[in-house]
Amino acid sequence: MNTDVITDIAQAEEGTSLWQDAWVRLRKNHLAVFGLVVLVTMIVIALLTPWIAPYAYDAQNLDLGASPPSAAHWLGTDVFGRDLLTQIMYGGRISLAVGFIATSVALLIGVTWGAIAGYVGGRTDAIMMRLVDILYALPFMIFIVLLMVVFGRNMVLLFLAIGAVEWLTMARIMRGQVQSLRQQEFVEAAVSLGLSPATIIRRHLVPNALGPIIVYTTLTIPSVMLLEAFLSFLGLGIQPPQTSWGLLISYGAETMEEYPWLLIYPGLTLTITLFSLNFLGDGLRDALDVRGSKD
Amino acid sequence: MGRFLAIRLLQAIPVILAVITVTFFLVRVAPGGPFDSEKAVLPEVKAALEAQYRLDLPLFQQYTAYLGDLAQGDFGPSFKYPGRSVNELIGAGLPVTAELGLYALLIATVIGGLAGVIASLRPNTPQDYIPMALAMIGICMPTFLLGPLLVLLFGIELEWLPVSGWGDIPGDKLLPSITLGAAYAAYIARLSRAGMLEVLSQDYIRTARAKGLPEWQVVVKHGLRGGLLPVVAFLGPAFAGLLAGSFVVETIFQIPGLGRFYVQAAFNRDYTMILGTTVFLSTLIVLFNLLSDVLAAWLNPRLRHQFGGKA
Amino acid sequence: MNILSTLAEYAGRAHSCASPTRVRTKHFPIWLKSLLLFLPLTLTGCVGGESNVEQGNREGVLHYGNGAEPQGLDPHVVTGVPENHLIRALFEGLAVKNPYTLEPEPGVAESWDFSEDGRVITFHINPEARWSNGDPVTADDYVWSWMRALHPDMGNLYAYMLFPILNAEAFFSRKIENFDEVGVKAPDPHTLVVTLTEPTPYFVQLMDHYSTFAVHRPTIEKHGKFTDRYTRWTRVENMVGNGAFVLEDWQLNRRIVMRRSDTYWDRDHVRLNKVVFYPTENVVSEERGFRAGQLHYTQSIPLDKIPVYQAMEDSLYVQEPYLGTYFYLVNTKRPPLDDSRVRRALSMAVDRDTLMGSVMQGSAYSAYSITPPGTLGYQPPKTFDYDPEEARRLLAEAGYPNGEGWPGIELIYNTFEAHRKIAVAVQQMWKDVLNIEVTIANQEWKVYLDAVSTMNFDIARRGWIGDYVDPNNFLDLYLTGGGNNNTGYADPAYDELILRTAPQAKTREERFAAFYKAEKMLMEQMPIIPIYTYTSKHLIHPSVCGLPPNLMDSLNLKYVWLKADRTSPSEPCD
Repeated sequence: MNTDVITDIAQAEEGTSLWQDAWVRLRKNHLAVFGLVVLVTMIVIALLTPWIAPYAYDAQNLDLGASPPSAAHWLGTDVFGRDLLTQIMYGGRISLAVGFIATSVALLIGVTWGAIAGYVGGRTDAIMMRLVDILYALPFMIFIVLLMVVFGRNMVLLFLAIGAVEWLTMARIMRGQVQSLRQQEFVEAAVSLGLSPATIIRRHLVPNALGPIIVYTTLTIPSVMLLEAFLSFLGLGIQPPQTSWGLLISYGAETMEEYPWLLIYPGLTLTITLFSLNFLGDGLRDALDVRGSKD
Repeated sequence: MGRFLAIRLLQAIPVILAVITVTFFLVRVAPGGPFDSEKAVLPEVKAALEAQYRLDLPLFQQYTAYLGDLAQGDFGPSFKYPGRSVNELIGAGLPVTAELGLYALLIATVIGGLAGVIASLRPNTPQDYIPMALAMIGICMPTFLLGPLLVLLFGIELEWLPVSGWGDIPGDKLLPSITLGAAYAAYIARLSRAGMLEVLSQDYIRTARAKGLPEWQVVVKHGLRGGLLPVVAFLGPAFAGLLAGSFVVETIFQIPGLGRFYVQAAFNRDYTMILGTTVFLSTLIVLFNLLSDVLAAWLNPRLRHQFGGKA
Repeated sequence: MNILSTLAEYAGRAHSCASPTRVRTKHFPIWLKSLLLFLPLTLTGCVGGESNVEQGNREGVLHYGNGAEPQGLDPHVVTGVPENHLIRALFEGLAVKNPYTLEPEPGVAESWDFSEDGRVITFHINPEARWSNGDPVTADDYVWSWMRALHPDMGNLYAYMLFPILNAEAFFSRKIENFDEVGVKAPDPHTLVVTLTEPTPYFVQLMDHYSTFAVHRPTIEKHGKFTDRYTRWTRVENMVGNGAFVLEDWQLNRRIVMRRSDTYWDRDHVRLNKVVFYPTENVVSEERGFRAGQLHYTQSIPLDKIPVYQAMEDSLYVQEPYLGTYFYLVNTKRPPLDDSRVRRALSMAVDRDTLMGSVMQGSAYSAYSITPPGTLGYQPPKTFDYDPEEARRLLAEAGYPNGEGWPGIELIYNTFEAHRKIAVAVQQMWKDVLNIEVTIANQEWKVYLDAVSTMNFDIARRGWIGDYVDPNNFLDLYLTGGGNNNTGYADPAYDELILRTAPQAKTREERFAAFYKAEKMLMEQMPIIPIYTYTSKHLIHPSVCGLPPNLMDSLNLKYVWLKADRTSPSEPCD
């Protein structure tokens, strides 16, 4: 049993047509297409930021200080007189990367772990799930501080640390789904056909549990983006003058009465991104609905 | 059923022991000790402090001594708060956090569950979009933002509710509970909607509908059972996680709960307090995950076989 | 915008229960007010009714924001500012600081006199001084308590406060066993004779520091070994003190309540009936509590709120220089910082005045020395100023013209909003003026402490708050090998000035001249880069009287009273 269950779906011979079908159906869902367009735009902007940002990301103007939106600074400036739009653009690079990469790590480990535990059951299940319990209980902050001391500060570590925390609930959800699906007729049929467990998990269990997985994934991305800010406070994450949406929002929250724009615009950016993500997620879920497609 | 519970409770022992062991050694390797302070500590002082707290013994001996005390229910003295035992600190904070968590989760499950189910009944209509959009806002709105916003509106501008405290002034429990509950409500709404949609397209639901059962019966009797499975899987760790999660809310509203102790203990390298809260947390996690598994089995009759004790 | 402001006005009218004691800052933003649109505005009525401040003004109860939750209340065990406020209300030293002048005035001792050579101080203990259980406070209490404070098993972090006493340090480090050899004697219950190793002009000041307070021997011995840290003697039901207030209630992370003592010798001058101390570690929440009328006094204020309060008529914001310096430690053992020219270049490239005006919101004063100006009349040397030209020249001289060949260094600070802001601004100043890259990194508190004490850093943020008003308290930090040196700076000539010349000086002028000379040497080597002199920053309700700002941010609750009808800080109290 290997760990690339998810990527295997795409490669499975049945999967190829599944993804093609899904794409056709997805295109008919206007909200999902809208979400996809917004997300792609965000990613493109993030990639192009160093060339298109209106100001240098660390250019300060202490005499200007925090100023509301103006012609020179469309979204205003922070206490250092730095352009907020530029900050949001650069912050997007970090937040989108953390959001997608860390969530993928969590997804990969969590789904695989939960599927195996739920499918195999018995003693294996017990050991795997108790291990999850242990990881839940360990003091997260001490773990982060240690990571930092041992490996120093770097982005890869940040992704790993976040992924390492976020997969636990994913595993529990996946296990619950698999346990419930296992007893259904189509799985029993697959078993009696003599298909290998890996194949059954890949072709029958994971696709059928996609709904909750996609939803939980779209829930994980925002929490990961905010967790990144917390890790930065502990010293593991990114360091100034680099920034991220999570950091911008938490700084903005501190001064929301004095400089509301410092909270509103980063918050709005995050919200729009997440709405798009959810539209896309729901669209994908519908488009990939295996049973629906077989009717 | 009884056998299943017995087995799971037995499994809890190695789990908790493993958590204690890993945590015990983890905190010792973390940089900085409990007595480091901004002003340099004289070596004589440090030696005296270590002697008072048994930290001068070999590490393994400290470990066995700790387990010995623990077996008698003694978590030891706190390093950060001399004169207080960890038992006392947990005893002081627990009732507050438990109450806060209970209210928050109550708000979260009732509002979130209801919103999710309602949304799932007519997917892709306003009945779906409105509660889901609200849920999205709930997810985007971290507690450190929602809390102050609520305080500014209801506490300072409108003066309807107290801005901080817990059990001091009537009504002071409302804002913290809502703040903590909102994030969970949003999660539960999204998860229950997804779960319901999944179930409502299943064959047995169609069969039930074909039999001509009224729609509400289909939803309540058959849909909810399977549809809430992901929520239940999420709730187990979520409830235990409230302990750590309530830290932010407790700080904003100045609530004397366990969440603050849990987080500050790690910052202070208060070894005994870290261990005490962690042991406590792991017990909660084991129990609530067990509870959530039992609930899942009850919701899904097909799973009940596992109580027969296959393991 | 019109709709927004109309809505805001409507929302503004919605609060009908505004009471005079609540603070209106008039800066509630329109966007927040317009959110009220989404609320059922038909809801009426005020929860809570009378605010803490109103009730307190009526009943003589001060509601005091005290920063963090105290570790405890044993004067020989705890350290920290919140603990200081509590302990100095429950206990009293031999001499106490007058909050207006900071000069020592009678406490437990009604007077004291010095021997001619200044090495022997005789304290005359007030015969009226009482413990809260009625026992008299005697000279023997002090001998025993100082033995406890110095005892090597005690682990008292502030034991060194008593080191000026003859043989005290030897007893502390187990060089002598018998406490009789230490220079503290009680010839009779009302006379305490203290012999010092050498004249220590600030010794009487130290009598107001809690580590030198007397504790009640029978109470401590009843609840365990006298050196135990883990004991119950400070609990409400057991606590015996000798201060103006007694402990009434102590709820963890919630509140500590004290009421006026009826055994305190000067009880007729205590005007508050009760004081409630709140742990307010979150400054943002604390400020909201003040605005909502829950607190009379805040321990601090969020930086960005300062201009808002200052803009108010009769501002309730009180700012005062504070005996502390904020600076950057430089590791003089690591290249390129081992070159004093580089250190001075870095220091000269920091535009402190701009920093204070912008990021610090005018809440601190530019510093060019380690000792805060005006410490007991001492004016430190100013050896440099903001000078980009000179800074570039020095850096070029050190081998990095226009930043060429600069190896890159790291500036660390412990996670805290204000530290971050300063570091971000300074980083950019160094880049702009010197064209050099300095990365900045925050660290969790204990990790940071570990890095500083092991000198595992290039540049590190640091602050020092004086324990007593004397330049010595700042300058002895940089003695060779000193525990708080952390820079690798070592200069025998400097040590000589601090350890020999200054203590043997005959006059204050002579002593300060030695300090001046030493500090000048220090600042020419620049192992530290001073940034600013601290200020104490509080929000104080107008009804609070007798709580003057001072250099030590020293509070004496005996002087405080509440005047309910005083509605502005500009009105007189009497």
